[in-house]
Amino acid sequence: MEDGIVLTMRGISKSFPGVRALNEVDFTLRKGEIHALMGENGAGKSTLIKVLTGVYPMDEGEIYLDGHDGAVSIHSPQDAQSIGISTVYQEITLCPNLTVAENMFIGRTSDKLVHWKEYERRAAEILDNLGIPARPNQELSRCSLAVQQMVAIARAVDMKCKVLILDEPTSSLDDKEVAMLFGLMRDLKSRGVGIIFVTHFLEQVYEVSDRITVLRNGQLVGEFKVEDLPQVQLVAEMMGKSLDDLAELEQIGQKTGSSGECVYEAEQLSSSECRPFDFQIHRGEVNGFTGLLGSGRSESVRAIFGADHVTGGKVQVDGKDVHISKPHDAMINGIGYLPEDRKRDGIIADLSVRDNIILALQVIQGMNHPISKAKAEAFADEYIEALQIKTASKETPIKSLSGGNQQKVILARWLLTHPQYLILDEPTRGIDVGTKLEIQKLVLKLADEGMSITFISSEIEEMLRTCSRLIVMRDRKIVGELTGENLTEAQVMKTIAGGTQQ
Amino acid sequence: MNSNEKVRTPRLREPLTDTQTLLFISIGIFLVMYIGAILLLGGGFTKPQMFFDLLNDNAALIIIACALTVVMIGAGINISVGGVIGLTVMACAIFLNKTQVESTGLAICMTLLLALGIGLAFGIWQGLLVAYLDIQPFIVTLAGMFLARGLTTILSVNPVKATHEGFLAFAKLKVKISWLGYVAQNGNLIPAKIEIGAIVAVATVIVMFLILRYTRFGRSIYAIGGNRQSALMLGINVRRSVFWSYVISGLLSGLAGFVFLMHKPAGNANVAMRGEMDAIAASIIGGTLLTGGVGNVIGSFFGAMILATIQKIIALSPLNASWWQDMASGAMLAFFIVLQSVVLMRKNAAFKKKVQQTEDGPKNNNTEVKEGTS
Amino acid sequence: MNRKKKIAASLGQLVIPLVALAILIIFNLIRDPSFFSIGMRTNNAGNTVLTGNLISVIDSASELAIIAMGMTLVTAATGGQDISVGAVAAISGAIFVKVLQSMGAITGTSVFVALIASILVTILFKLFNGTLVAVFNIQPMIATLILYSCGRSIAYWINGDATPQLDSPIISSFGKTIPGVPIPTPIFAVILVGLFLFLIFKFSSLRLYTQSVGINQAAARLNGINPMHIKLLSFALLGVCVAVAAVIGVSRLGQLNHKTLLADIEMDAILAVAIGGNNLGGGKYKMSGSILGAYIIQMLTTTLYAMNVAPVNVKAYKAIVIIIIVVAGSPVIKDAVAKLFRSMKNSSTAKKGVA
Repeated sequence: MEDGIVLTMRGISKSFPGVRALNEVDFTLRKGEIHALMGENGAGKSTLIKVLTGVYPMDEGEIYLDGHDGAVSIHSPQDAQSIGISTVYQEITLCPNLTVAENMFIGRTSDKLVHWKEYERRAAEILDNLGIPARPNQELSRCSLAVQQMVAIARAVDMKCKVLILDEPTSSLDDKEVAMLFGLMRDLKSRGVGIIFVTHFLEQVYEVSDRITVLRNGQLVGEFKVEDLPQVQLVAEMMGKSLDDLAELEQIGQKTGSSGECVYEAEQLSSSECRPFDFQIHRGEVNGFTGLLGSGRSESVRAIFGADHVTGGKVQVDGKDVHISKPHDAMINGIGYLPEDRKRDGIIADLSVRDNIILALQVIQGMNHPISKAKAEAFADEYIEALQIKTASKETPIKSLSGGNQQKVILARWLLTHPQYLILDEPTRGIDVGTKLEIQKLVLKLADEGMSITFISSEIEEMLRTCSRLIVMRDRKIVGELTGENLTEAQVMKTIAGGTQQ
Repeated sequence: MNSNEKVRTPRLREPLTDTQTLLFISIGIFLVMYIGAILLLGGGFTKPQMFFDLLNDNAALIIIACALTVVMIGAGINISVGGVIGLTVMACAIFLNKTQVESTGLAICMTLLLALGIGLAFGIWQGLLVAYLDIQPFIVTLAGMFLARGLTTILSVNPVKATHEGFLAFAKLKVKISWLGYVAQNGNLIPAKIEIGAIVAVATVIVMFLILRYTRFGRSIYAIGGNRQSALMLGINVRRSVFWSYVISGLLSGLAGFVFLMHKPAGNANVAMRGEMDAIAASIIGGTLLTGGVGNVIGSFFGAMILATIQKIIALSPLNASWWQDMASGAMLAFFIVLQSVVLMRKNAAFKKKVQQTEDGPKNNNTEVKEGTS
Repeated sequence: MNRKKKIAASLGQLVIPLVALAILIIFNLIRDPSFFSIGMRTNNAGNTVLTGNLISVIDSASELAIIAMGMTLVTAATGGQDISVGAVAAISGAIFVKVLQSMGAITGTSVFVALIASILVTILFKLFNGTLVAVFNIQPMIATLILYSCGRSIAYWINGDATPQLDSPIISSFGKTIPGVPIPTPIFAVILVGLFLFLIFKFSSLRLYTQSVGINQAAARLNGINPMHIKLLSFALLGVCVAVAAVIGVSRLGQLNHKTLLADIEMDAILAVAIGGNNLGGGKYKMSGSILGAYIIQMLTTTLYAMNVAPVNVKAYKAIVIIIIVVAGSPVIKDAVAKLFRSMKNSSTAKKGVA
């Protein structure tokens, strides 16, 4: 093996029923580099990682690792661990019912016995070292998601790995924690660890990476040095098309302001999860909820939809008093809600794309009025076509679609009900750039056609692009409303920081 | 990050885990019930011997409750334990009656080996099917139950009484503790008697507790029950651990069969009928959740004792008809199940509130912190 | 081609049970070709009825098939099984007998009233299970363990008599045959219950609701479905099935034995669901698979009886066959077979490509 190279993957292929997820992909990782693995959803990043860590067996190809003669065979995550490949996954892959210390040490030693004292002492050291706010003997499920993620990283870091894979590690961390993680990554890099960094955040890639490998549709597009690949070109490589689409969006980004009558109005609405607030939205308006961690923006829209236990307030739809205490009430009043956590609250994994599309409409029609099979097929065809959903067929279980396409199916589900008011909570989270743009365009188009939309996103520029009115929240309270020329990133920040100004 | 610094004050008392909460509930209820029985019913309950009798009579149940707990912590189930007891008792009784071995010690050892061998065999094939062929444990062990019951009647349709004198003498051995005894009406001191089976049962509980708490295997089983996918990602050999949990479960069933034989040295088709359900009930009352990852053999011990105590209380009360016993254990079970569910729900709701309060403070990020209760 | 694929896909999970049934049939044909002969004879009551092993299989599997249908629904919606069906069936039987006896003479009306009463009470008991599962979020197997352990005692307590007898031609026409009809009545009961459920599925979207709740309860709730209602409904429907099966069981023997009425049927019903290729963890399901599973189990039992295996020993042989069926249907074996097929297909297409 060439000097300085720690990992080589050559000609990796992997197929799933109906999909060729990886097609002869090569990948090289050098010592002491941070190597970003980029690609749209469904490009094959996750599959490549899972092949490398032995979660999936590969169909073809070879993996070479520094210090091992010939190709290594990795059949399970513990194989990968034992030869120095550690992974921190996007979803927390620790055990919620064990302690923090246990989660850091379980599955690592060949000791037959557990040395609790030793574990807790060492865990305390590491946690302290990395500044992670958790106690060694704390049950993991009692930690916040961000802390759980950091415990997973601490575990991988402590394993003295040669190859560290970070699969979307930053999606649940705040800026400070991200900075801390990057510090850690640079520290490891200087110690000669090769780091594979998978993320959707382009800025983060440029902040920390040395090289970028781009995948598209299971094929290798190329390996680039960061300085040789401007951000615009990276996006182009990932999407396999020019950036006309982005420009197009900037053009149609002429937001229509609040016009027309009030579609939905809430007075002192409150739920078990949020404090009382007032809110109204007009026909054809796109507004957004923004705020910091725990500010209550998701909780507020969940209260509107009746997703949490509603505890009080007066609600009017189309000027008429209505009572919304459960999702079904909201739905029959023409409100749709695309939840934040697609996997947990959105998809019905084993059901077909067709059944997933018609679900909400069926519920609105009521159990005793089933949608005929022919009609369901027609609906499915219509929306697969309209939203360009990539699926083998409408009978395919939704779980075998890529994240972005799953999101489109959920979107189709709500569009089919023709809501007059649609709530989209993080519709673009964890999906690729191309689909993100498609969804933003769709939002503006729907608003143009008269639908009222609430759009929530973690990316402020995305919201500035789509929303004509932003509601700013802090500490579970609405602290400001921005419209017109006030809609700038600086103004949003100022409002969020608010309290300190006075 | 102010809030976090606040939390970090060292050596905070950790809140109870689910396992601990449920364990304390069942120990508490047992004590209340037992003391209540002493105060209200008096009689036998005032003598320590009553407690030992409960142990003596339910040694096999305690052991299979442990057998169930191990697989249930790993999110599995084993409903063949009763059947395996039945088969073991029958096979051992026949073996003892037919054996030509002269030495009593050797005969007993061979019987024990036979019992453990039968349990081991069931554990191994069930473990292979569940762990390596991914077949639903309920179905595998249901087939195991049918097989064991069927084999029992194939061995003998008629009841078989063990007549081996050496074994019977061994089975009658009891540890006598005079200071826990009582003075009978005729003035003689009757010492408290503990059967070997009861000692074996208590030892099993202790050994299983240590295994689950201090071995890699034990922690792996908890991890697998908590989140199987994560356990795999953490580098735990999931299949091997699951396999061993069934092997241990089978082995304990065999041991329970031997203990049962010592207590009642006769095999028939109905031995330990529904034993698996009693064992599941004991595990649940002791705080093991069928969903896996939560539970403790100490709890299962108390679970079995609670079941035994309620039966005894009913038997000593005016409502001593057999259907009242069934209904009382049913009601007891219902009470426990609902109590546990309510306690866990409230506890988690309270925790959620606390997290919200501590994390209410401003943080410079715009993603939500969600609770990690996957 | 497309059509062929569609049929293959819809048969998918039924392949193993169908093959198992075929093997059982072929085995019996080789062992004793007369196994399938169907004859006519006059029974004790003077009715001309069909006889033969095949008829007896279909007849005696009736209770199991009916309960398996309800069990499939509960499994799909709750991801767990109701192990109290046998015990609750004893209660259903007890109510049926109690009401019949309290109404004096056994007439068509009184039987009808008793049947309705039995169904209603059974639904109540099943709703008790359902409430524990749906409201208190208790695992179905644990929740139903309660009635499993005390249901038969309740049945005993209701009647206060171990084996009440029901001697009436109406009862026997329920449990055996209706005069003039050569086909045993229980078979019609299966068809009726099947039709009842089929119509429910046809004229409602219960199937979609049940599957959604079983696969992802949180998502189902956010789409306006009330998971609690669906779970309770599935238990209520199981209640109907249990009551009908219990009444057949009682009528068949003309007596109620609270200890043996539909004994161990919960285990067989769960087996039937699993043999039919359904996931016991809930979600997607195929009712036809469970029904097929029920007939396979009965076919197996009858075959073993025909081979002079003592009834008490049947369990052991049944266990072995079940193990073979579930091993053949296990994901690992399925994957291995699929891989084998794919590689065969690949090599054949590769050859074509060269040509």
